Amino acid sequence: MTSREQILRSVRAALNRQSNEPVPPVLLSEAPTEGLVEQFTKALEALAGKVVVVKTPEEAQVEVDKALKGRTFIRSSDPFSRAAIATIDVGITSADYALADTGSLVMFTESNESRLLSLLPPCHIAVISSSKIVASLDDVFRLRPLPGAQSSAMVVITGPSRTADIEMRLVRGVHGPGEIHVIIIEDDVTHSD
Amino acid sequence: MKTPNVTEALGDSKLQLAIYSATARMAERRRDVVSPDAMPDYQALRQHAHDIKKHTLDHLDFYLEQMEKNVEARGGKVIWARDGAEACAFIQKLARDRGVKVIVKSKSMTTEEIHLNDHLEGDGVEAVETDLGEYILQLGGEKPFHIIAPALHKTKEDVSDVFEKHLHSKRETSPEGLTKIARIALREKFLEAGMGISGANFLVADSGAVVLVENEGNARLTSSAPKIHVAVSGIEKLIPRAQDLAVFLKLLGRSATGQPLSVYTSFLAGPKREGEPDGPEEFYLVLLDNGRTKLLADESKRQSLYCIRCGACLNHCPVYRKIGGYNYPWVYSGPIGKILTPQFMGIEHDPWLPFASSLCGACGEVCPVKIEIPRILLELRSDKVAKGGDNVELWSFKVWSWVMRHPKIYAQLASAALSAAPTKKDSFFAVGPLKNWLSQRDLPVPPAKSFRDWWKERTH
Amino acid sequence: MMRVSLFVTCVVDQVFPNVGMAMAEVLERAGCEVEFRESQTCCAQPAFNSGYRDQARSVAEHFLTTFEGAEYIVVPSGSCCSMISHHFAELLPGDKRVHDLEPRVFEFSQFLLNVLKVDDVGASFDALVTYHDSCHALRELKIKNGPRQLLGNVRGLRLVEMDIAEECCGFGGTFSVKFPEISGGMVRTKIDSIERTGASTVVSIDSSCLMQIQGALSRAGSKIRTMHLAEILASK
Repeated sequence: MTSREQILRSVRAALNRQSNEPVPPVLLSEAPTEGLVEQFTKALEALAGKVVVVKTPEEAQVEVDKALKGRTFIRSSDPFSRAAIATIDVGITSADYALADTGSLVMFTESNESRLLSLLPPCHIAVISSSKIVASLDDVFRLRPLPGAQSSAMVVITGPSRTADIEMRLVRGVHGPGEIHVIIIEDDVTHSD
Repeated sequence: MKTPNVTEALGDSKLQLAIYSATARMAERRRDVVSPDAMPDYQALRQHAHDIKKHTLDHLDFYLEQMEKNVEARGGKVIWARDGAEACAFIQKLARDRGVKVIVKSKSMTTEEIHLNDHLEGDGVEAVETDLGEYILQLGGEKPFHIIAPALHKTKEDVSDVFEKHLHSKRETSPEGLTKIARIALREKFLEAGMGISGANFLVADSGAVVLVENEGNARLTSSAPKIHVAVSGIEKLIPRAQDLAVFLKLLGRSATGQPLSVYTSFLAGPKREGEPDGPEEFYLVLLDNGRTKLLADESKRQSLYCIRCGACLNHCPVYRKIGGYNYPWVYSGPIGKILTPQFMGIEHDPWLPFASSLCGACGEVCPVKIEIPRILLELRSDKVAKGGDNVELWSFKVWSWVMRHPKIYAQLASAALSAAPTKKDSFFAVGPLKNWLSQRDLPVPPAKSFRDWWKERTH
Repeated sequence: MMRVSLFVTCVVDQVFPNVGMAMAEVLERAGCEVEFRESQTCCAQPAFNSGYRDQARSVAEHFLTTFEGAEYIVVPSGSCCSMISHHFAELLPGDKRVHDLEPRVFEFSQFLLNVLKVDDVGASFDALVTYHDSCHALRELKIKNGPRQLLGNVRGLRLVEMDIAEECCGFGGTFSVKFPEISGGMVRTKIDSIERTGASTVVSIDSSCLMQIQGALSRAGSKIRTMHLAEILASK
């Protein structure tokens, strides 16, 4: 008998189940959808993230340049090079969703965003359309009940990387970016980045 | 009853302050975010989380098979490991076969449980802990002190000592500076490693996915930078659906550190897909039994397996907060450790453990999945007694029980015992329990007469 | 007139009889007819908590026999009360006597507030007082505001909260003597907090907690005294 068979047999014997009970229902909360941009801004700024709201992609570019402060960068639309990503200061990406209640960004790998681009450089800049902002993670699960259907990974990024492992003192930028900027293009049109 | 040597921990005022203030801070932050004002549905969510875990574990065979099917559908492989030896053997062989010399690890109590690092080091493979607290401890050759804050007992000076000695860094006493040293040192390892090994906060059956929750980014790097990602997980980490994460993620961060969401939540479903620029090329999920099916079989204590490793019970336990993580016999400390250890190891292993609790109930009150820790502690105590071994105590309680069913005798004996009891610490008669009491505090002055005598006089 | 049966608890009976006397007095003043059934001894908690369920069961049965037919049973202890109302059912599952007993057992403050509907017993006690939330009372019986409400109506009494009112005093029954160092560490943390309030008196509804706290206070040479809620409410 393989280990697999042995373990499953142990489990069944342990449970000695007489019948099957139905699974409890899915519990997803509903939240109001007004003021999401303001809510998102407040939540991320409370985590020392920076948020700017603009009206057009051109204005967004201006804000990106401001945030860059002349540092080296790579965009997600640039050809992928792991070696390069490991050396530059800033990674610029889009995001698939943003969560208003926690100030989070949600990225699916199916959008061809590199995993490492929002992770290795010490600064992460994300440019998103306000239409991507939903109330909470529950909405993402509502829209994408099977996040792994098209993507090998979904990551929810909530503020800069942090630790309090040394004397419970908060330090930002441990392994992930210590600096995070989100530029929101507030318009009625959905953008492809 | 043999007990651990806690004298050192209790006498170390630096340690006491570190444990007490760190746990107090985490408890306070939790309180702020789960108060009825901040989270009106907190109690309902706890119950729902409990119900989902109950359902999942009551049907674990079904969900294990579903998980395996979906992992394989996404291009991953499932390894079933009956025990730590099997799990380690698989990982060691994989490393050998792939020529892996450097492994990066993100925080996983399960890998501590199976002594994975020791096995890998035996093969000459460098297995580097990348969670900052774990990294510091690994360099210094120590074990984790707390599930969520593994190095909470270390000062920044201690950390600098460790870095100077093992990384040849310069003296540095700011947490920012120390963190930067670690970041640079570990960055090299992440990019060099041929394999990344993580644990799993949750296993999602309908997606064949592993969920990793963290604040630093090391779990993301561990699971994304190297070509191979191995996730090691106990079989009890399963939940049925991705959508169930909505409930658990609301509770995990809040219960652990008062964060509505931890910085990074990764939902990982297999190796990288066609067209994705990066990610692991191979993904393995090691499903570990190592005694969990034993716990599963005890229906009344099965909920011990619901634990989502938030650490809230540790932060609220007045015993943990005095003696710290090193005075527990196994990798799991605190109240959850108290109920898991005897069930995994057998109550004979550390028979004193379930008794090292005042049964205050703070743990059960804060557990996000409503594990009834106090009730289980009481059952374990009863299990220990049923195993026998302490005849003196057994006979004491037999006598006690008899006396308590004979009120007149109880009344006479009790009064006699009280007037004879020594109140002074150094009294000749201060032995056993009396000696133990007097070692810490004074005894009350015995009254002139008992309540029942007073009542008798009053009514006649 | 309401007939109330006292279950004073073995600790009060033998070590702190004043608590029982005070409780009887307060109940009588509130208009109850108070009885004390002599065959009472213990709620069986020491055996139950130490894992000796057989021995606990027989003592629990003695309790059931003693209090058969009692309309109200009032207990000056949160832990003894919760032993009876929450844990007897574990010792004697499905037992009808236990089922009938549960709704008639009350901790003292709960009885005053919820049954007699009284929150002012006309007491006076001029002092700065702090209140210790005993664990079983707080977490099993959900007693938190009741005693504070009663104390709030005592003339001359000023209530100040310690910063860790809900933390365990470290008694835990046999825990206090099986793990004396840990128990001692816990109670010293507690009395530090009590001392920081500046109160002259610490109050609780559990005499075992008070025994632990008083023992530590006196060992530390403190002048702070411990009193049971009943003793305060009996004061004039």
